[in-house]
Amino acid sequence: MKTKVENINRNIYDIKNKDNYEFKMEKGLSKKIVEEISKQKGDPDWMREIRLKALETYEKLELPTWGPDLSALKMDNIATYVKPKTNLNSSWEDVPEDIKNTFDKLGIPEAEKKSLAGVGAQYDSEVVYHSMKKELLEQGVIYTDMETAVREYPEIVKEHFMKCVPINDHKFVALHAAVWSGGSFVYVPKGVKLDIPLQSYFRLNSPESGQFEHTLIIVDEGASLHFIEGCSAPKYNKVNLHAGCVELYVKDGAYLRYSTIENWSKNMMNLNTKKAIVGKDAQIDWVTGSFGSRVSMLYPMSILNGDNAKTEYTGITFAGKGQNLDTGFKVIHNGKNTSALVNSKSISKDGGSCTYRALVRVNDRAKGAKCSVSCESLMLDDISRSDTIPVNDIRTDEVTFSHEAKIGKISDKEIFYLMSRGLSEEDAKAMIVRGFAYPISKELPVEYAVEMNNLINLELEGSIG
Amino acid sequence: MNKLLEIKDLHVNVGEKEILKGLNLTINKGETHVIMGPNGAGKSTLANVVLNNPEYKKTKGTVEFEGKDISNLATNKIAKKGIFMSFQSPQEIPGISTMNFLKVAKNKVTGKPVRIFEFKKEVQEYMEELNVNSKLIDRNLNVGFSGGEKKKNEILQMLVLNPKLAILDETDSGLDVDAVRTVSKGINLYKSNENSVLIITHNMKILSELKVDYVHVLVDGKIVKKGTAELVKDIEKNGFTKYKQIDK
Repeated sequence: MKTKVENINRNIYDIKNKDNYEFKMEKGLSKKIVEEISKQKGDPDWMREIRLKALETYEKLELPTWGPDLSALKMDNIATYVKPKTNLNSSWEDVPEDIKNTFDKLGIPEAEKKSLAGVGAQYDSEVVYHSMKKELLEQGVIYTDMETAVREYPEIVKEHFMKCVPINDHKFVALHAAVWSGGSFVYVPKGVKLDIPLQSYFRLNSPESGQFEHTLIIVDEGASLHFIEGCSAPKYNKVNLHAGCVELYVKDGAYLRYSTIENWSKNMMNLNTKKAIVGKDAQIDWVTGSFGSRVSMLYPMSILNGDNAKTEYTGITFAGKGQNLDTGFKVIHNGKNTSALVNSKSISKDGGSCTYRALVRVNDRAKGAKCSVSCESLMLDDISRSDTIPVNDIRTDEVTFSHEAKIGKISDKEIFYLMSRGLSEEDAKAMIVRGFAYPISKELPVEYAVEMNNLINLELEGSIG
Repeated sequence: MNKLLEIKDLHVNVGEKEILKGLNLTINKGETHVIMGPNGAGKSTLANVVLNNPEYKKTKGTVEFEGKDISNLATNKIAKKGIFMSFQSPQEIPGISTMNFLKVAKNKVTGKPVRIFEFKKEVQEYMEELNVNSKLIDRNLNVGFSGGEKKKNEILQMLVLNPKLAILDETDSGLDVDAVRTVSKGINLYKSNENSVLIITHNMKILSELKVDYVHVLVDGKIVKKGTAELVKDIEKNGFTKYKQIDK
């Protein structure tokens, strides 16, 4: 266990490259802008129609009337499309130097060599790098950017795009569908099991802009995949927006582990949507670490359609000064004997606010469903907030359901005990917080677990008055 | 210089209430001291205040260690000077294994890197001496430990950290005969002419297997009687009543 920060450098995340785009859309949102994006991207007609229909839906839908204050977000000030000065590359050597340096410092090419089966890297609105190991290609695995998928696999994309997450789900889904750009497409054929993960990393460099990547993953029958997404951005004084959309199809008997480490800068409005449709005997596991953004509203959902489908959600949220992180997990039990296991933890400090907002719905057909929810919060001072807002909608008697919520503070007694063993107050707090987070951090990919511990150390450094 | 800990005219408040009311105590290198006294006399307060627990406010008097005033040092700096406290109720810290915690503590107290292999071996030897289940070391610090395991873990930490002065705050309370004997064994293993122990207890059992140099009776925030090991027998027979009267 490391108690001292090693090689930690917040600056990694805060590297601001010159806003060196090839094309930056004028700010705001209009039919003309959506048509221009569609033209820039060379959409087929069907995709352009989806965009325009989504824009109409966006204009009709209201902002959510619950949850964090979104008034700082002014769509008129957001550029929805920023094309970096490069095309998609399959070799890092071809990626422009400033962009490559950024990903180097984030450790992406290094991780690719060591522990990943494939990597996608998005910079602002476009994917600038995509690559996958040859063996996977031979097994029929597809891992590419979303635009290529639209072009090369139109039938699959048409069948699944905005079908798991309907366009009218909420206002920011509609926005996403209108202006989406970039993201990754994965198809794992029947029975193919990937034993090392694929990873897509999303970097938003351009100020006053939005990132709207679309991730579509189909894990076919009996196949298995671990997919990792990472995201970060340098800090600006102006608001940035992230409204990505993740659609996951886990077919009968398949397995998908979806890990996210989100470290947006604290000027980001992170209004992201993720859903998974899970087939018979299939399983989706979500592992999520949320540290960044000014406001997050993110509630991954598992829709357990098949009998015996399973889901696990393991998530940690860390809100510091000026952050309002409203996250949680939603599960819909449709199939018989479906089960969900939720383990959520949150840490808030310096006036930060964490909300665990959740939905458990067990439909009447879902006899024998099981759902167990545990959420724990740790507040590091008296000015921070933590709330738990569960909604449980259970429509059958044949169900096993438990919900356990704990809200706590670091006690002076614990700090004194650790200090009596030579730890400074900072070290003591960091040890307690890391220990609290450990059941989650051990589930994260190892380099992210290290990163998370570093972030905790960093957040606690100098926090003691 | 032989003087290790010197407390002069110490007054301490917890909240508004004065708990220590002019306590004097000197411990020299190599000595074993015992503090006895009825419930509420201020025994645990004394232990906490030497380690400068911020819940306890010193209103008057001094605490010196090796001739230097430590009364305003942060607790971790006091630990680094070589004072250890065994807690009456050790805290449970989830998410860190006992072994890792010992390593961190050793590193923090000594300021030197810990050589893992030798360190593990040393810890294992102490665990055998203390008759501690070998799996305990991989469990989270004190989490779900029985009362006896927690106290043995305190003694294990004392042995590992090897302080100049160990203050044992009712380490024997709530333990069965065998566990008390194990704690005594641990103290004897630790004790040398180079270090000192201050045992806080209201139980005679633990003292039977230890070589005690001085016994102090603490009543209502003051030491009312200082004697040798013989004093224990007197207390065992007659209780604290007559010392309470001395105070009045």
